[in-house]
Amino acid sequence: MPIRTVMKANEAAAWAAKLAKPKVIAAFPITPSTLVPEKISEFVANGELDAEFIKVESEHSAISACVGASAAGVRTFTATASQGLALMHEVLFIAAGMRLPIVVAVGNRSLSAPINIWNDWQDSISQRDTGWMQFYAENNQEALDLILIAFKVAEDERVLLPAMIGFDAFILTHTVEPVEIPDQEVVDEFLGEYTPKHAYLDPAKPITQGTLAFPAHYMEARYTVWEANENAKKVIDEVFEEFEKRFGRKYSKVEEYRTDDAEIVLVTMGSLAGTVKEYVDHLREKGVKVGAAKLTVYRPFPAEEVRELAKKAKVIALLEKNVTFSIGGALFQDFSRALVNQKEKPILIDFILGLGGRDVTFGNLDEVVGIAQKAIAGEEFEEVNWIGLRKEIL
Amino acid sequence: MEIPESVKKRLTLPAEEHFYAGHTACQGCGASLGLRYVLKAYGRKTIVVIPACCSTIIAGAWPYNTLDANLFHTAFETTGAVMSGIEAALKAMGYKVKGEDGVMVVGWAGDGGTADIGLQALSGFLERGHDAVYIMYDNEAYMNTGIQRSGSTPYGAWTTNTPGGKRHFLEKRHKKKVIDIVIAHEVPYAATASVAYPEDFIKKLRKAKEIPGPSFIQLFSPCPTGWRSPTDKSIEIARLAVQTAYFPLFEYENGKYRINMPSTRREPKPIEEFLKLQGRFKYMTREDVEILQRWVNHEWEKLKKLAEVFG
Ligand SMILES: Cc1ncc(C[n+]2csc(CCOP(=O)(O)OP(=O)(O)O)c2C)c(N)n1
Ligand code: SF4
Ligand SMILES: [Mg+2]
Repeated sequence: MPIRTVMKANEAAAWAAKLAKPKVIAAFPITPSTLVPEKISEFVANGELDAEFIKVESEHSAISACVGASAAGVRTFTATASQGLALMHEVLFIAAGMRLPIVVAVGNRSLSAPINIWNDWQDSISQRDTGWMQFYAENNQEALDLILIAFKVAEDERVLLPAMIGFDAFILTHTVEPVEIPDQEVVDEFLGEYTPKHAYLDPAKPITQGTLAFPAHYMEARYTVWEANENAKKVIDEVFEEFEKRFGRKYSKVEEYRTDDAEIVLVTMGSLAGTVKEYVDHLREKGVKVGAAKLTVYRPFPAEEVRELAKKAKVIALLEKNVTFSIGGALFQDFSRALVNQKEKPILIDFILGLGGRDVTFGNLDEVVGIAQKAIAGEEFEEVNWIGLRKEIL
Repeated sequence: MEIPESVKKRLTLPAEEHFYAGHTACQGCGASLGLRYVLKAYGRKTIVVIPACCSTIIAGAWPYNTLDANLFHTAFETTGAVMSGIEAALKAMGYKVKGEDGVMVVGWAGDGGTADIGLQALSGFLERGHDAVYIMYDNEAYMNTGIQRSGSTPYGAWTTNTPGGKRHFLEKRHKKKVIDIVIAHEVPYAATASVAYPEDFIKKLRKAKEIPGPSFIQLFSPCPTGWRSPTDKSIEIARLAVQTAYFPLFEYENGKYRINMPSTRREPKPIEEFLKLQGRFKYMTREDVEILQRWVNHEWEKLKKLAEVFG
């Protein structure tokens, strides 16, 4: 029987790792993720998880050790955030290029400077070109589930890509919520016994991995990472379906909420989706035609689903906790790419908010909807808006 | 080519070969010799980890390959960490790692990848006590990127970023003693070796394999391209490095120092003997040479004392 209990997202992530039975974990502490490896070391120390725990001296080495271990042919896991993920950046490309199905839990936190330990998505969004898959959890249950799902997708022969699962710093990492811990046997059936499907370092059958590739070959190698990302779109759907059958919880790449007759759709990711859905209910009561959508999968980018969503709305408002300077948020760019060649498309407006742990309030969302309504009325509007900015202290 | 048994018996090095011909090192490259010896000692049940360095190229570009053993290319500063991951994974899968018949995990990194950018990962690897062998092949500069100084470049050396000139801007720092840093981790086994003394090197490789825990070998590896030396003088230069006590051969084993022959056979030769064969030292003034000689003397005396007190 699954156990219903309450726990923080960090603990949920550690539980997911325990259920997935990785053979090697290498991790380094960083707020707000520290509790994940801490909890895992307890599991290992108690003999509840049979794995080698490498207490590395940095995140760069954490991911490098995972790369080594995965290349040697075992399931691996680590957790990090913010500066730690930024430090891993170089090696993330290597993991994807070598097609190693490593899974990393990310407690989404802002980046310095100035120093700030609170939530936004700049850390993982900044890794979007590394070739890694990215999932974002709305709550602690999703953090647990998406880690299991990520292992399954990552290890699929058609995919073989590493994956990161983001969950918001403090809002989730340190907040206790109800979580259902699935049965070990069901997880075992779902994930199966680990056998590497990528090229790996078998002592009996020597190979070379990560070799120098001249211009005549490099592009093809990179193209396989592109292809794998494309394949992942279908595989993710299959795995979501299987997950639902086994565990009873339904996931989709883009989850819509009251979008059917919506004129304005508020699109976001992570825990903010909870707030936004509540806000939608609140506006619906007043008769405003507004809906919401949440991206559970950010990479590979669900362009098809986004196009479907776009058909329903006059304005798509992107609510995002990240910024690409002089351009806007990452979602704004990605949605633009998905829609640019569509004959009919909604107006896209970008809203940068909640950086460095700033609360996103209903008042902020009123402002968002106000701008969207102006756009519908044909008035002028800014494409990129910083919401909740304290102009008085600038 | 099959080696006749009668010849094999007289060989002082293992006859087996796991480093193919056709590699892409320059003529007279010490690194390529060294890697060949490593594979002679450890055979094909070896996983070699190579960071960015000349050996990345030497090992061959896709789809070619020089090594008849597993080879894992990794980022410049990650050798120690990747070795740790591989070792942990092998153990988790139930392999015997190191020791007789064990799978060998070998880090093969340059001086830059060891003394500088990879020092942190090396330290973590040593400290955690992984069963693997880290070999720093020391050609005393960043050769792969075109001969820039590293922490291991000696005083007075010309490199492309210590080019000399009106303000006499040659390397002004003495060679970083990486092996001392390694020994400070109280590793079970650390040694210096030289491509000019392959029997000694192989002996040390075997010890490094037998002794449990992390082992470290600093291998002196001439680089004619970077040292501006004749390609047929690499071995002679490496020999002189030992004979002048510039690069003495020694071992540190379970807390004990031992200076290896031929380092102690006779009084060290003057350092000029080592310097004069290499274009990289040709800008040194007489005073520079004296400064380097004093450093060599001092380090040599220190090592002798250590061997005397902790021998
Ligand atoms: C993070 C990073 N910085 C810089 C480089 C460029 N780089 C590649 S090899 C190298 C020098 C290697 O020097 P060393 O380790 O001494 O090996 P050698 O080339 O001398 O054999 C440098 C600077 C790199 N690959 N990665
Ligand atoms: S540059 Fe030096 S180390 Fe590099 S391959 Fe040539 S000789 Fe060997
Ligand atoms: Mg070098």
